[in-house]
Amino acid sequence: MNVPHTTLTKKIFIALTGLFLSFFLIIHLAGNLQLLLPEQVAHTQFNSYSHLLSGNPVIKLVSYVLYIAIFYHAFDALMLTIGNWRANDGNYDKDARGEVSSWISRNMGILGSVIFLFLVIHFKDYWYIYKFGETAVDAKGNKDLYIIVIESFKQLWYVVLYVIAMVILGLHLWHGIRSAFTTLGLYHEKYIKLVRYISCLFTFIVSLGFAIIPIVIYLDSK
Amino acid sequence: MLDSKIPKGPLFDKWEEYKSKAKTVSPANKKKLDIIVVGAGLAGASASASLAELGYNVKTFFFQDSSRRAHSVAAQGGINAAKNYQNDSDTVYRHFADTLKGGDFRAREANVYRLAEISSKVIDQAVAQGVPFAREYGGVLSNRSFGGVQVKRTFYARGQTGQQMLLGAYSAFMRQVALGSAKEYKRHEMLDLVVIDGKARGIIARDLVTGNIERHGAHAVILATGGYGKIYYLSTLAIGSNASAQWKVHKRGAYMAGVSWVQFHPTCLPQSGDYQSKLTLMSEALRNDGRIWVPEKKGEERSPNDIPEEERDYYLERKYPSFGNLAPRDIASRSAKEQIDAGLGVGGNKNAVFLDFKDAVKEHGENIIRERYGNLFRMYEKITGVDPYKQPMMISPAAHFTMGGLWVDYELMTTIPGLFAIGEANFSDHGANRLGANSLLQASVDAYFVVPVTIGNYLADEIKSGKVSIDHPAFQEAETKVKEGLDRLISIKGRNSAECYHRRLGEILWNNVGLVRSKESLERAIVLLEEVREDFWHNLLVSGRADEINSELEKAGRVADYLELGSLMAYDALDREESCGAHFRAEYQTEEGEASRNDEKYSYVSVWGGEGDGKAPELFKEELTFDVLKPIVRSYK
Amino acid sequence: MNINLSVWRQKDAGSKGAFERHSLEDLNKDMSFLEMLDVLNEKLIREGGLPVEFDSDCREGICGQCGIVINGRANGHLEGTTACQMYMRHFKNGECITVEPFKVAAFPVIRDLKIDRSALDRIIQAGGYISVHTGSVPDANAIMISKDDVESAFDSASCIGCGTCVATCKNSSAALFTGAKISHLAKLPQGKVEAQERVVNMVEQMDKDGFGSCTNTEACEAECPQNISVVNIARMNWEYNKALLLR
Repeated sequence: MNVPHTTLTKKIFIALTGLFLSFFLIIHLAGNLQLLLPEQVAHTQFNSYSHLLSGNPVIKLVSYVLYIAIFYHAFDALMLTIGNWRANDGNYDKDARGEVSSWISRNMGILGSVIFLFLVIHFKDYWYIYKFGETAVDAKGNKDLYIIVIESFKQLWYVVLYVIAMVILGLHLWHGIRSAFTTLGLYHEKYIKLVRYISCLFTFIVSLGFAIIPIVIYLDSK
Repeated sequence: MLDSKIPKGPLFDKWEEYKSKAKTVSPANKKKLDIIVVGAGLAGASASASLAELGYNVKTFFFQDSSRRAHSVAAQGGINAAKNYQNDSDTVYRHFADTLKGGDFRAREANVYRLAEISSKVIDQAVAQGVPFAREYGGVLSNRSFGGVQVKRTFYARGQTGQQMLLGAYSAFMRQVALGSAKEYKRHEMLDLVVIDGKARGIIARDLVTGNIERHGAHAVILATGGYGKIYYLSTLAIGSNASAQWKVHKRGAYMAGVSWVQFHPTCLPQSGDYQSKLTLMSEALRNDGRIWVPEKKGEERSPNDIPEEERDYYLERKYPSFGNLAPRDIASRSAKEQIDAGLGVGGNKNAVFLDFKDAVKEHGENIIRERYGNLFRMYEKITGVDPYKQPMMISPAAHFTMGGLWVDYELMTTIPGLFAIGEANFSDHGANRLGANSLLQASVDAYFVVPVTIGNYLADEIKSGKVSIDHPAFQEAETKVKEGLDRLISIKGRNSAECYHRRLGEILWNNVGLVRSKESLERAIVLLEEVREDFWHNLLVSGRADEINSELEKAGRVADYLELGSLMAYDALDREESCGAHFRAEYQTEEGEASRNDEKYSYVSVWGGEGDGKAPELFKEELTFDVLKPIVRSYK
Repeated sequence: MNINLSVWRQKDAGSKGAFERHSLEDLNKDMSFLEMLDVLNEKLIREGGLPVEFDSDCREGICGQCGIVINGRANGHLEGTTACQMYMRHFKNGECITVEPFKVAAFPVIRDLKIDRSALDRIIQAGGYISVHTGSVPDANAIMISKDDVESAFDSASCIGCGTCVATCKNSSAALFTGAKISHLAKLPQGKVEAQERVVNMVEQMDKDGFGSCTNTEACEAECPQNISVVNIARMNWEYNKALLLR
């Protein structure tokens, strides 16, 4: 297969990686929702779930694919953005072009960068500590990630940060998913409507799902 | 001395006969022959594509920034073809007869027959190119009846048939450009023809971006430069449409024919002020449901909806009971002008008539009307700010199509050997009035199917002549003349812009060489135009320089040519002491006010030549003979 | 009505441009925007200056030759119009109006508001046609096409090639223009023969000419004078992906 190096090919990779990452979010959310179970159950279940993930070689492989996807998604987007800057010939003195498109659709790069920053913090606070930090062990002998998470969400500023990040993730998904389907060539009016509906629903569930966890934990702790 | 080169034999076999006998050029030799095409509209683009495909080296010049912008793009209605897809007894002969009758028997029978004969192939060609003509649910092509003919032979692509036909030709042309067999010279304007030993051998063109004057040699030159209706200033034509190429070759010896035959379109938006640059055409289809009227009283000040039925004059329905509002274009236009001239015009400038949909809305409901004309009504509202569902539209006639143009023989060659003219630029198939939906057809027939054959017949003898050298003294002479002409325009440094003279020219022509002409008005026009020309060459103001981009200079050159062509139009109309088709002489009408044709004296095409350097035009006549269809009188009563 | 104009003046692609201010008085509100520029030019010429170069031809919204940025919006603040279809009644008395050319790297400025849109022609040259020889074609009715298909093909084919989609796009992408042509031909049986070659070549040509890539902001659809839908872009992508997988 002869794959031409066009910007459109790059976009297809952005779309595919984007959809893959979105799919991962469901799994991630399903895992996180365990935090909302009754405390006793949640504590052991969440930790053994974490242990399962970190020990499984298949999951390990998947996680590498994930890292590559994140990198590819961001790198290609950056390359395209630079190309797009070049395609513009100076700026309009008075620019009102934004009146005919949504702010979100025009600023996916900014939204994506914020999400990337969030990811760094997210990794540092959980993944890094889990992997390399000093962690307690729970009753079953698993590393006690549960406590780390619960403790972190007892701080208001951290909850606010987390919720804001999830709103931004939602905005990115809202445009990203429909855009991905366009890039992959979904052109039938009937299915476009369906996909838009599903992607809205998806966005809503994912961002709300992730955001509700720290809020609930925070309120519980008071 | 005018040889129209009509092949011998029965009318029905002439084209086949011609094709069989025409000389051809071998593929190896075609590569050695250069052809210049001027204009890249439907005719120019399709000729360029077809000739390049045959193997000739084609160079195509046009002033627009892309071939897709040429004014063929604005043709709305449709394109005729005698396909008889509707099984309504249409035949090539019937199409031929309708066209010849429509032209009031002032066209060449053999050309008209060929037009109808080839029509069917044009539709096949366009469909294969991907032109999305309207279709029926079963998947076959749909047709409608157009221009008052009895059969449904018009193919259409919504109200944008011209655009789609042009895009088909444009894409074929672009394909040849990509293959390297055709070369496009965009934003170039032809400013003179180079004639060597009596034959067309190239052109002088100005690069409109750099101002450079360029020489281009070729073994044949084809003009596909469209019509000159813009001479009236206010017309349905594009801002850049012009007669300059035609006029330059005319001055080099190519004769022009029927130049005063101009079709005025009845359903255009009226002029709203002096600043106005063009009149927008609204599809004629509106007349199917709209009723045309003016108030009975002069100086009526009431709003149209307040004028009661008994005080309205539905003049078309009154005068032409059988055709009513669907009377042919020339009659509808002329009647509107009569009402306006009689002081019954409506609107702020009293220059329009009403086109009222009140009864149609009442009868069919607003939804049906919206379905039929929604886009046109929107367009009207966009331009005028008036809602036509609530208030009658205001329309007025405007110059639209020029039947006249460069005289060509059966081979579409002008009186200069090697110079061909195709599409609206030539005079050939429409006679004194063009049948609706025949203009896209003529441009296509000429360019796709006629000129590729006939040019071979000419070029077969040119193989020996070798590459045309642009160092020939004739190129030098023409280039010097062009440069002097441009310098002359710039050096006047008067006080009036070219636009200002164009407006004056337009007004003179509209009033005196317009819908109705008389000996008196035509003689007046000749005098007035002389005055305007005099003034033009003393008081014109062109800003900028000749060696850079300069749209004022372009305009000035075009207006200078228009000013001369305007006089020729007056001479042409003055000579023809009869009324025929679009040419209506006030002196020659029946008691009921209908056109009165004089076949005994004027069954000829007026061909004008010998002009230039102060010489008055000289009239030649191409006698018209009708072997198959004998002239009859049009009646729309 | 009176207006103040801030018009972009630029000698050529290599020069730097700048705004020039002019005031016009007693304009008729029914005048078109381009006629207002005509009036400005008449004034400039009389005053011994150089007129503002701008493109226009048919002035009825079909040729696609005009195209300018008015007050920061491609062809003005009304959606779905060409510049020639803007009228002075769409502006306020005394308003200050900014007029700029399309600022797109692939459309170099020729002078003032005139730009060179040859890049769009080159995209068509890359494959926006059906390769048929003049004359060697089947009967028009030998190709049956459903009414829905042909109407849908027409919607795509109605593109006027004005470049508004590119100008209004923050990425200067020609995706809608190219997508419309690819969709037009892909929807017709005649166009299927060369569909795969076509889409790959046309998409590559977009890149070669330096257009940006589409990020689906859909501003193009809103401003397109022919209301061409962004679904055409999706169709182009579909055809492209199909070609990648099957070619």
